[in-house]
Amino acid sequence: MTPVQKTVTRTVVVLIGMFFFAFALVPLYDVFCRVTGLNGKAANQPQAMSNEEADTSRYVTVQFITRSSKGLPWELEALTRQVRVHPGQPTEVEFAFTNNSDDDVWGRAVPSVTPSEASLHMRKLTCFCFQEQLIGGGERIEMPLVFQLTRDLPEDINTVTLVYTLYPVDNDNVSQQVQTTSLEGGDA
Amino acid sequence: MRMVLAWVTGMGAAFLLAPAVYANGWNMPVGVTEISQDIYSLHMAIFWICVVIGVVVFAVMFYSLFRYRRSQGAKADNFHENTTVEVLWTTIPLLILVGMALPATATLQKMYDPSGADLDVMVTGQQWRWHYEYLDEDISFTSSMSTPGTQIRGEEERADEYLLDVDNPLVLPVDQKVRFLLTSDDVIHSWWVPDLAVKQDAIPGFVNENWVRIEEPGIYRGQCTELCGKDHAFMPVVVHAMEQDDYEEWLADRKEEAEAEANSVDREWEMDELMERGEQVYGSVCATCHQDDGSGSGEFPALAGNEEMLDDVDWHIDAVVNGVSGTPMAAFGGNLNAVELASVITYERNAWDNDTGDVVQPSEIQELLE
Amino acid sequence: MAPKLPPQHTLEQSSATTTAGQAQEHDHHHGGPTGIKRWLLTTNHKEIGTLYLLFSLSMFFIGGIFALVVRAELFQPGLQLVEPEFFNQMTTMHGLIMVFGAVMPAFVGLANWMIPLQVGAPDMALPRLNNFSFWLLPVAFGLLLSTLFMPGGAPNFGWTFYAPLSTDYGPPSTTFFIFSLHIAGISSILGAINIIATILNMRAPGMRMMDMPLFVWTWLITAFLLIAVMPVLAGVITMMLMDINFGTSFFDAGGGGDPVLFQHLFWFFGHPEVYIMILPAFGIVSAIVPAFARKPLFGYASMVYATASIAILSFLVWVHHMFVVGLPLAAELFFMYTTMLIAVPTGVKVFNWVTTLFRGSITFETPMLFALAFIVMFTIGGFSGLMLAIVPADFQYHDTYFVVAHFHYVLVPGAVFAIIAGAYYWLPKWTGHYPDERLGRWHFWLSVIGVNLTFFPMHFSGLAGMPRRIPDYALQFADFNMVSSIGGFIFGVSQLLFIAVLIKCVRGGEKAPAKAWDGAEDLEWTVPSPAPLHTFETPPDLTSQAPQRH
Repeated sequence: MTPVQKTVTRTVVVLIGMFFFAFALVPLYDVFCRVTGLNGKAANQPQAMSNEEADTSRYVTVQFITRSSKGLPWELEALTRQVRVHPGQPTEVEFAFTNNSDDDVWGRAVPSVTPSEASLHMRKLTCFCFQEQLIGGGERIEMPLVFQLTRDLPEDINTVTLVYTLYPVDNDNVSQQVQTTSLEGGDA
Repeated sequence: MRMVLAWVTGMGAAFLLAPAVYANGWNMPVGVTEISQDIYSLHMAIFWICVVIGVVVFAVMFYSLFRYRRSQGAKADNFHENTTVEVLWTTIPLLILVGMALPATATLQKMYDPSGADLDVMVTGQQWRWHYEYLDEDISFTSSMSTPGTQIRGEEERADEYLLDVDNPLVLPVDQKVRFLLTSDDVIHSWWVPDLAVKQDAIPGFVNENWVRIEEPGIYRGQCTELCGKDHAFMPVVVHAMEQDDYEEWLADRKEEAEAEANSVDREWEMDELMERGEQVYGSVCATCHQDDGSGSGEFPALAGNEEMLDDVDWHIDAVVNGVSGTPMAAFGGNLNAVELASVITYERNAWDNDTGDVVQPSEIQELLE
Repeated sequence: MAPKLPPQHTLEQSSATTTAGQAQEHDHHHGGPTGIKRWLLTTNHKEIGTLYLLFSLSMFFIGGIFALVVRAELFQPGLQLVEPEFFNQMTTMHGLIMVFGAVMPAFVGLANWMIPLQVGAPDMALPRLNNFSFWLLPVAFGLLLSTLFMPGGAPNFGWTFYAPLSTDYGPPSTTFFIFSLHIAGISSILGAINIIATILNMRAPGMRMMDMPLFVWTWLITAFLLIAVMPVLAGVITMMLMDINFGTSFFDAGGGGDPVLFQHLFWFFGHPEVYIMILPAFGIVSAIVPAFARKPLFGYASMVYATASIAILSFLVWVHHMFVVGLPLAAELFFMYTTMLIAVPTGVKVFNWVTTLFRGSITFETPMLFALAFIVMFTIGGFSGLMLAIVPADFQYHDTYFVVAHFHYVLVPGAVFAIIAGAYYWLPKWTGHYPDERLGRWHFWLSVIGVNLTFFPMHFSGLAGMPRRIPDYALQFADFNMVSSIGGFIFGVSQLLFIAVLIKCVRGGEKAPAKAWDGAEDLEWTVPSPAPLHTFETPPDLTSQAPQRH
């Protein structure tokens, strides 16, 4: 190999490496967000309850906000708009999904937590947001969210807001969507 | 050489002009919150540090250019590299930077204050308007630019508040900590009011947080600052800050109105009433894309003579309430109430020679929304 | 210390190149391809360099016309000339064309012409690849410009093409835009590979890395930046392509993606990209200032280290473009500190140039005028950059005309002035004639006045609250915008003088000797002017020479 060929080979290796690095950044970013709480990304899988006693000296207000989006004829309602909880205390709140159309429709609720630092301390034991949902035409179902704020929630945070935004899921592509999501390690 | 002199004079004039310029209000507004004032001081401090560094560096530069002209017989020296000088001009800027970073860090820490707020407002960006929801008060409304197209096209004299006026300003109490939760229904927008020093992106699917404590009553204007499509220039933000009593009065009026409207859902509405109300709603919400005369523009279809819409009332209602996937048409079910939805749909079905004669009653829509 | 003597090999070398000149005539007698085919198939670094420069010049004018459409609309409040949709297409195309079509190819063109001459190589390391990477460019930009005529129009989401405006809400032509950017990216990557291979392997015997002219050094570092980040850009636009056409959701919150991720990936490419557009400019200025001050550059080694530090830091500052997307305090602080740090090596550069002037013997030919203007105005752009680094203040500056003023100060009187300075500096080598000094001065002064009239008021309109990328504005911004528009037209029209200078210079003018500027030191000044088609076929031997620099 001539020196020129050697240089070219090395740069091409770096090039290809950087191209795949760009794609690797997608899951890395996701992991990074989860670890640091960046962007208010919440866990997409049920987490184990952390066995700690509730910190009764302190109250935190947890607000629930629901939003619809275009193309999904659903309504999502937080049956409890706001609760006051002690850190460490597992709490269950109910959400009602209503499909206003006559057809069976797939959709999903995408969560976001603010302040973003709080998302690290928000453990979801059960959540409708972990999967896509199928709701029959005109049907109304209630689903629970069981969560726990861990006791190490920073002292100065006394309000945590959880926002769920509904998004349509293309019926034909459900399985494909699930796959891409898991490939990207995306949020549920 | 004369040119160099002209240049020096020009630069000097620029520096002399700088203070005059900022006295004339060409500068960043001082604003009406503690944070905005901190930011202003920070801005001025860095500005003057830069001016001083600039004067020193350019003075040496122009002195050299003037003093060492070959036309004046200057002979070139040959010196280069001097460790002392190089270490100095690396460490001194570093120290200056540390001096800048300290107050900047302090201000930033003050801005990141997650403590509880007196009032929570959810701000949602939509192409091309803002939607405000007072979380604890059950009040929500849409705020669209109210500058008419005639002013934009120059057919009418432009008002003082040209492009910076809205139909429903965000009303906030002074001396209260107001927390904003920002998100978007479509693309990324950015909510900015210079006097409040709040600029925060509104990102679809995610929620951002910011807060403000306004110190003086007044009307504060800003704009969307993230390119969000064709009418990016036309989604102003107007905040009306009021004393607590005035704010509560406003709140009570607003609630009363909302209640009256809610009560009127069940009664049978006349065509004329619906058309009148519908025209207002259309003008504030729909006309930016579909145009005042329903002729549409670009990717936004014409509504006048639109067969898909006119042939099928249910499709029309569904499109307005739930939006149309894969198009810019947003879902208005969450933003407009049943009366507004029914009237605007009735209006669209009968305005501009559409004349279908269809009347959509608020009660029909209400049923759908529940 | 005694003034440095011109390199010893000059005589030897010019005799070598005379034979080279004859060899070139020889080629022509034997009927190498002529006419269009000669340019299509050429593998000669000088011809390809010329092609790059001409391409870049035409893109500079096309992008400039788009900018003038923008400035014309903004001359007064109200919508007078274009609709907002078209206005957005103009701002977007202006940015894309200037960044990828004008500035980057201009630097590659200068690299093609000058790097082999400056390192004493007969040509680039990979001449055929060189031809290919140039001819990709007209394809890429032909495709990009053709989107203006497609249904739905050209890209209208800004040169930063943030998702989801560019994915879910983009015009149908977005796929073509992605494709053209891919082609332009491949062209840059191939160009960078070629430059690295040339610099690392083809230097004249005896030329060590620390003997290379700074233009070569800055380009070597730039080429490494290109290799590192162009694939990331390719990755991002590939993800966009998949989101638009294949139903993935990298950047769509509804499908589990994240629009903010787009911005992180884009700026991970984008910040090094802005240094790609400025580092070679540093190299050019570092050649011109010593030449016309007739004094060696004050700190050669510290210039090299400063350039390398800027390049490394450029990977650690991308978030300063997105301070308002909603980030934790720690992230904002980290990126504020790294961004501020960039001021240190940048300051070192400015101080070096200024100290080089000190006790020199200075003349003010056109290349020097542009280089001096570069130093002053780039520094002004640096100051506003420092102000933008301060996060709390950035909350007020972000996405306003203050930012527009900042990056135009570093790119127009920064990068573009350096390119023009380089052109005036090397024109005698390219054409054998000096550029017309009187026209050059007119060009310079009108450009300086135009640039400052255009961009200085933008600081004020930004501070007063005018957002970027708006086709119409509130009345309090009217005066600033009128001045900016007038300045924009002065600057735009005065560039026609540059064309006049170029044509005049190609046709004739004062004959230039091999060493066209008496203070110029590098190897390119040892070959005749105009440089014959083939130079350094026998490499100059520098081993016997005393080290030129430390």
